[in-house]
Amino acid sequence: MSDLLALHDLSKDYDTDAGPVRVLKNLSLKIGEGEFVAVMGPSGSGKSTLMNIIGCLDVPTSGRYLLDGRDVGGLDDVDLAKVRSEVIGFVFQGFNLLPRATLVANVALPLVYQRIGRNIRNVRAASMLERVGLKDWFNSLPPRISGGQQQRVAIARALVTEPRLILADEPTGNLDTHTGRDIMQLFQTINRDSGMTLVVVTHDRNVASYATRLVYLLDGRIHYDGPVDGFREEEVA
Amino acid sequence: MILSLLGEALAAMAANRLRTFLTALGILIGVAAVVLMVAIGQGTQKQVGESIASMGSNLLIVRSGAPRKGGVHGGAGNMPTLTTMDAQAVGQLARASLVAPTVMGSVQIIYGPNNWSTTATGTNADYLSIRDWRVIAGRDFSESEAMSGVRVALLGQEVARQLFGDENPVGKSIRVQRSPFMVIGVLDAKGQSMGGQNQDDMIIVPLVTAQRQLFGTQFQGTVSMVMVQARTPADMRPLEQNIRELLRQRHHLNVRADDDFRITNMTEVSETASEVTGMLSILLGAIASISLFVGGIGIMNIMMVSVTERTREIGIRMAIGASHRDILIQFLLESVIITMAGGIVGIAVGIGLALGATRMFDIWTAVTAMPVLLAFGVSMAVGIFFGLYPARKASMMRPIDALRYQG
Repeated sequence: MSDLLALHDLSKDYDTDAGPVRVLKNLSLKIGEGEFVAVMGPSGSGKSTLMNIIGCLDVPTSGRYLLDGRDVGGLDDVDLAKVRSEVIGFVFQGFNLLPRATLVANVALPLVYQRIGRNIRNVRAASMLERVGLKDWFNSLPPRISGGQQQRVAIARALVTEPRLILADEPTGNLDTHTGRDIMQLFQTINRDSGMTLVVVTHDRNVASYATRLVYLLDGRIHYDGPVDGFREEEVA
Repeated sequence: MILSLLGEALAAMAANRLRTFLTALGILIGVAAVVLMVAIGQGTQKQVGESIASMGSNLLIVRSGAPRKGGVHGGAGNMPTLTTMDAQAVGQLARASLVAPTVMGSVQIIYGPNNWSTTATGTNADYLSIRDWRVIAGRDFSESEAMSGVRVALLGQEVARQLFGDENPVGKSIRVQRSPFMVIGVLDAKGQSMGGQNQDDMIIVPLVTAQRQLFGTQFQGTVSMVMVQARTPADMRPLEQNIRELLRQRHHLNVRADDDFRITNMTEVSETASEVTGMLSILLGAIASISLFVGGIGIMNIMMVSVTERTREIGIRMAIGASHRDILIQFLLESVIITMAGGIVGIAVGIGLALGATRMFDIWTAVTAMPVLLAFGVSMAVGIFFGLYPARKASMMRPIDALRYQG
């Protein structure tokens, strides 16, 4: 299995009023093509920061980040936007749909920034919505559908560009247990059927259990990296 | 590429219809105000120009004088110093083509049961030629009638309407100051003069008739005004000088004495007037531009609020692949479309108001292409100028900050 992304000796500092705070400390991590990785860790362990760097929303202070063989650590804003557009799909805890745009328009939005024509955009968005089970809702507005459905729309939006990597940040955080399970099963299906690489950040052990590999962060360092069932959270304390 | 971003901009505007409309309203009012005000300014310019032109072309007006006497400056025309003989002498000057001595006064006219109080102008046959005024019914009076004191009269449109209604006045007898006069003709409509009087509310009678029979004691062989038409525009200034020398000589004024007459060069008056009304146009336009500027600030204000309010949206767009430039262009497009739409509707409203003002309040307006295009161009520039800062602010956001923003 080839590495889709590789972090080498990566550090990230944040400037605060009390001086710079190092959130990630010399972290190294490799994730291969087709893996389903859960990133866990307590609040403040740096998992959101790691997620932002992997997602090219932020750049590391030091260290190297290779995404699909490209060094993205030194890219400028325009190139980072291009990488986000072409390589990565995001799924957020709060869904982050545009409330006044129809579901089709929401799912088609990433294609706008790939300069793809309207007709093709709409066809691809519609087929993606169909795939996540929202065939009958194309022209609804996000506030009119349930949270679980909104998260499905967000997943469809992440998939529509056919990215190499899907990043999900607490995707079940705003959902009830039952709906959360459905969403995780959808992720599992996507990973299994199309071999898409998935990285899910969560604090929920049950959510993490859908993944094939677990990375546990503690205090800006990797505390555990291995199979999901080989880790006991109680050991941390 | 612009096309798909245009779609996003339009969608965002459609999602906020009321706000979009209110923002456009500011620009709409500004542009409409500029178009209307400039139309009024240019209309005034045209009106003044036309009423000066209606006086006649290449025209010098000699008024009998207002000499200084012990520091008291009498108004022009109060002291009749010009005579019919003076007018005849002026007529002999090579550069003068037509000369019309005139006297004026109020008269009461009676026809049957109707009576009307108006102005009578006593003058000669050249008067109508100088003023480019036509007789539309009947005839003009002849040179011999003008000099002989027969009781004939030409009626202005207003007088004819007031006394005769639909009846044909030609050949009828009217009483002017108790004397019977024969109506020999009716004048064409002339409209308002520069001073705002209705030029159609008057009658014209032969000079000698007016001097002897209407204003007997006031003008014994004198005239209040002599209208002189120069042969060519180039003759105006030399003719003015010739008249001055001639009249000073005829009135036996010594070198140190002031003129006892005044000469007004109507070409100069017209030039001054068009300068003044041109200034008026600019002034009105400038005042109206302030409202356009205020509208622009309104755009900026709304766009700033919009950027803050839509921080999260900007973050989402960036996370899924929008570059800074995409965001900048989208927000800039929004403000330019708003101002363009406001500008186009504003032009229509401005022209509509200008036409309405002409119809309802009798205000002269003139809509020309230049200020309209200028207003449109300025409104677009306003959109770009006032939209750029908020758009830049939106595009400079870092995606993680924008996504974290709790709006």
